[in-house]
Amino acid sequence: MPTLQEIALKTDGVDARIVSGHRMCSGCGIGPLIKTVLAASDKPVIVISATGCLEVVTTIYPFTAWNTPWMHVTFENAASVASGVEAAYKALKRRGKIDGDVNILAVGGDGGTYDIGFQALSGALERRHKFMYLVYDNEGYMNTGNQRSGATPFGASTTTVPAGKVSFGKPQWRKNLVEIAAAHRIPYVGQAAVHNTLDLYKKAQKGFNADGPAVLAVLQPCTTNWSFDPALTMQYSKLAVETNFWPLYEIENGFVHISTKPSNRKPIEEFLKGQTRFRHLFKPGNEHVIVEMQKMIDDEWARLLKLEESGIQF
Amino acid sequence: MSERKAWQELELGVELPAATSLGYKTGGWRVLRPVWNASECTHCMICVSYCPDMAIPVTKSEEGVAGKGGRMFKGIVRLETNLDYCKGCGICAHECPTKCISIIREEEAEQAACKL
Ligand SMILES: Cc1ncc(C[n+]2csc(CCOP(=O)(O)OP(=O)(O)O)c2C)c(N)n1
Ligand code: SF4
Ligand code: SF4
Ligand code: SF4
Ligand SMILES: [Mg+2]
Repeated sequence: MPTLQEIALKTDGVDARIVSGHRMCSGCGIGPLIKTVLAASDKPVIVISATGCLEVVTTIYPFTAWNTPWMHVTFENAASVASGVEAAYKALKRRGKIDGDVNILAVGGDGGTYDIGFQALSGALERRHKFMYLVYDNEGYMNTGNQRSGATPFGASTTTVPAGKVSFGKPQWRKNLVEIAAAHRIPYVGQAAVHNTLDLYKKAQKGFNADGPAVLAVLQPCTTNWSFDPALTMQYSKLAVETNFWPLYEIENGFVHISTKPSNRKPIEEFLKGQTRFRHLFKPGNEHVIVEMQKMIDDEWARLLKLEESGIQF
Repeated sequence: MSERKAWQELELGVELPAATSLGYKTGGWRVLRPVWNASECTHCMICVSYCPDMAIPVTKSEEGVAGKGGRMFKGIVRLETNLDYCKGCGICAHECPTKCISIIREEEAEQAACKL
């Protein structure tokens, strides 16, 4: 495992696979997330990007921030195109027209993954293409101004489930993409967060090196639509983990392994406060929403611990 | 009806040269400026790995650079922030363990530069 210094040379040195001049909002968590994942590949990487903030901000014509082969596809088919790229690469190799090995990375936002690209993703996992699917999860359709997705947390206010007199925001709990991916019996699924660079790097490396499809889900605070001081991006990522809102774990060959267990989990309010999408939860009358949220988080965590302890294979 | 083409005859999509966004300077967005005090830096690379804009260059230094406590830091070290791209988010200053990055308003920095 390389040191933070060695990783920094890859992410920000002269051979960096993604460079400055992109137009993410100031403080956006996508920047450190994507550069760390790209650096974890020891082979050249081909990136297939679904529509969403990452694609939009890195390729405003005629500019591109990518320093590695990159392709923009529609919102729904990143995993299908990655499948095609993998099949084409294998065919060209077989015919002796191309040499060497590459890693193939499909990237989508949570909207492009949990919802609209879900069928394509499931198909690609089932066909066992050798590629990694990365979802940068900012918990909503952020490029279009914060609409609800299957990853939006319970209680969050969005433009499509706005909190008000009759609604406390999204009434459903989020989808568990990691477990759904693991149910495809693929060799590697990881859940990481952007503030823990070493853990993120290690998981990306395992995903790239897996003997078959891999899925990596990474939480990415969105300064604009969670709306907090851009200096606090890493603090929100950290609080998501310290409250067990976003546990760091992996499912390797079907076995659950929790990467870090907070010794004293913080109350969920610590993560919620200061974010506009949760502001209404602190108003009188909404106390029950926070209580319910805390209960769900604790139940989910207890379940995850049991899954790990049991040693039962997914 | 236009003529049908075989797939081999279809035109390629747009092909762009790599990394051209370096020609687009996002530093103009900045309202706050990080000021790095090199003499307190331990070259831990936390700021570099967290910077969303790849605005903190790194290099390999054989001879080493002077940092915290007058120590020479050899190997991979950070350099002065690249203000052409830094958007002034303040993550680096907030996360630096030695607190050697401070944040000032852009006007203050410009006024100070005018006085020189
Ligand atoms: C089929 C289709 N529907 C809608 C859009 C408009 N659109 C572009 S980006 C986007 C939001 C993407 O959300 P997500 O995948 O979570 O990525 P994020 O913007 O949050 O990075 C939407 C709705 C589109 N490009 N294509
Ligand atoms: S809207 Fe959010 S996810 Fe999109 S670039 Fe801005 S901060 Fe990043
Ligand atoms: S975080 Fe602080 S101490 Fe570490 S390299 Fe950056 S400026 Fe130096
Ligand atoms: S203020 Fe933000 S953009 Fe500027 S160097 Fe620090 S982390 Fe990078
Ligand atoms: Mg999103």
